[in-house]
Amino acid sequence: MHAFGFAAARTLPEALRLAAPDSAFLAGGTTLVDLMKLDVLTPDRVVDINRLPLRGIRSTRDGLRIGALERMSDVARHPAVHPVIAEALAQSASPQLRTMASIGGNLLQRTRCGYFRDVHTPCNRRQPGSGCPARTGDNRTHAVLGTSDACVATHPSDLAVALVALDASVRLVSHAGERLVRLAAFYRLPGDTPQVENDLRPGELITEVVVPRRPWARHSTYVKVRDRSSYEFALASAAVALDMRGGVIHEARVAAGGVGTVPWRLPAVEAALRGRPPTRASFEEAAASAADGARPLTENAFKVTLLKRTIVRALMSLEGGS
Amino acid sequence: MGGETPRGGGLSRRRFFGTTAAASAGVVLTTAPAPAARAADDDGAVDVAITVNGTAEKLHVDPRVTLLDALRERLGLTGTKKGCDRGQCGACTVHVDGRRVLSCLTLAATADGRKVTTIEGLADGDDLHPVQRAFVECDGFQCGFCTSGQIMSAAALLKEGHAWTDEEIREAMSGNICRCGAYPGIVEAIKTARRAD
Ligand SMILES: Cc1cc2nc3c(=O)[nH]c(=O)nc-3n(C[C@H](O)[C@H](O)[C@H](O)COP(=O)(O)OP(=O)(O)OC[C@H]3O[C@@H](n4cnc5c(N)ncnc54)[C@H](O)[C@@H]3O)c2cc1C
Repeated sequence: MHAFGFAAARTLPEALRLAAPDSAFLAGGTTLVDLMKLDVLTPDRVVDINRLPLRGIRSTRDGLRIGALERMSDVARHPAVHPVIAEALAQSASPQLRTMASIGGNLLQRTRCGYFRDVHTPCNRRQPGSGCPARTGDNRTHAVLGTSDACVATHPSDLAVALVALDASVRLVSHAGERLVRLAAFYRLPGDTPQVENDLRPGELITEVVVPRRPWARHSTYVKVRDRSSYEFALASAAVALDMRGGVIHEARVAAGGVGTVPWRLPAVEAALRGRPPTRASFEEAAASAADGARPLTENAFKVTLLKRTIVRALMSLEGGS
Repeated sequence: MGGETPRGGGLSRRRFFGTTAAASAGVVLTTAPAPAARAADDDGAVDVAITVNGTAEKLHVDPRVTLLDALRERLGLTGTKKGCDRGQCGACTVHVDGRRVLSCLTLAATADGRKVTTIEGLADGDDLHPVQRAFVECDGFQCGFCTSGQIMSAAALLKEGHAWTDEEIREAMSGNICRCGAYPGIVEAIKTARRAD
């Protein structure tokens, strides 16, 4: 591990003051410490933010507000939290990691692409311009949607998929002030600059996550398909929420994980569900467009079919459709 | 179980060999009180005051040192095992402020002011913790390398108060890998310990 200076901030202004161009905030450390051990991340200074008061899980008029330092395990258990969020969290990582890891850190976790994690191989995301061995190499777990010639790495967060489905935003604070950014707009497609993963500015903190108030979104679920039944990242996952009125789908929210370079919202699938009865036939018809635009790689073409089936399964488990 | 290695003073065999590990190179014991401001000294090291198994400890550590290395190499508490050192196996599971965490992904510097319990601190003297006793009774291990992590995880699980069916127990213990495949015994042990509680 490269040497770094350590400081623990007690207040938000102190944290912002301690942040420097080459510093990193430390929350649960389950991404940061891991990647520092691998020399993938080499900050000059680590600012421990765990003593900041970025806590609390509250239902308010604006919606559900979750402090950035709330731990995954605590959020997953909280009664105010939508099932799709709780289930996405409960199926993430392991109990110990969920006890440690924060909501803010989760949204900023880095891809699990083996080339990104190995400093002895090229990677455009880690070292811009060095190349992408994943395009022709080990790419079974990689993305089929939102990829570019420069990068095909999958976004790993389950929580982010649930939050993107529910139109959640993150509140960001820096010296320049405060802003609320929709999570779907926060993440960047890799394009020619895969090293730019999101809209976070240097020294900026996530202070909370805000999920808009929408009572019907409690009718929601998260289905995750993976190589083993626990403690594994998604090959494909689906976050779905349905607003049922008079036996017909009035509104739908659908997003997918494990298949995209960013959490993948599926507006076309949502549109195809509107006004339809909750049957397997309507679900299959709607999911048919889920992988439109997919660019499968040498080893991951199976994800095109898997994605559609995962969405259908999620919708079926929610509605028990016939 | 605890106290097999002297905590302060002389250079123990463990400590001597420990210093060859790069990650623990910067660990030094100090008697100086922790400064009010939580920032690194000139040498880059930080003062950390932690309570380990009920004993107050003061460490002066390079911020790179993980809680796992501090426990093993500095405090001589080698019951906590280093498996993958990447947060993927659970062998290094300890309790921090009563919650199960991975000590390999916890920087020692962030444990300042916290209470840490390791496998050495679980028993009450010679009186084993119910989970320890149940692991012995139910053959919850084979080679034993993952066992301290399994037991720490299981003890936390019982306190968390969930996971009642075999399937739920397996899910709640999925963060602890056992390469010998002692899983059936581990599930039995947890059910036995819960009944004993
Ligand atoms: C073995 C393993 C398996 C895993 N499996 C899954 C899985 O199945 N699904 C899943 O979703 N995740 C999984 N994860 C990832 C895990 O969920 C993340 O590592 C974790 O959520 C990160 O949160 P943290 O608080 O530990 O972040 P940290 O490691 O502390 O921080 C991560 C990044 O975010 C920055 N940061 C943290 N908080 C803030 C903030 N408030 N403001 C600004 N910047 C901040 C840090 O500087 C750092 O760059 C797994 C991780 C491991 C090690």
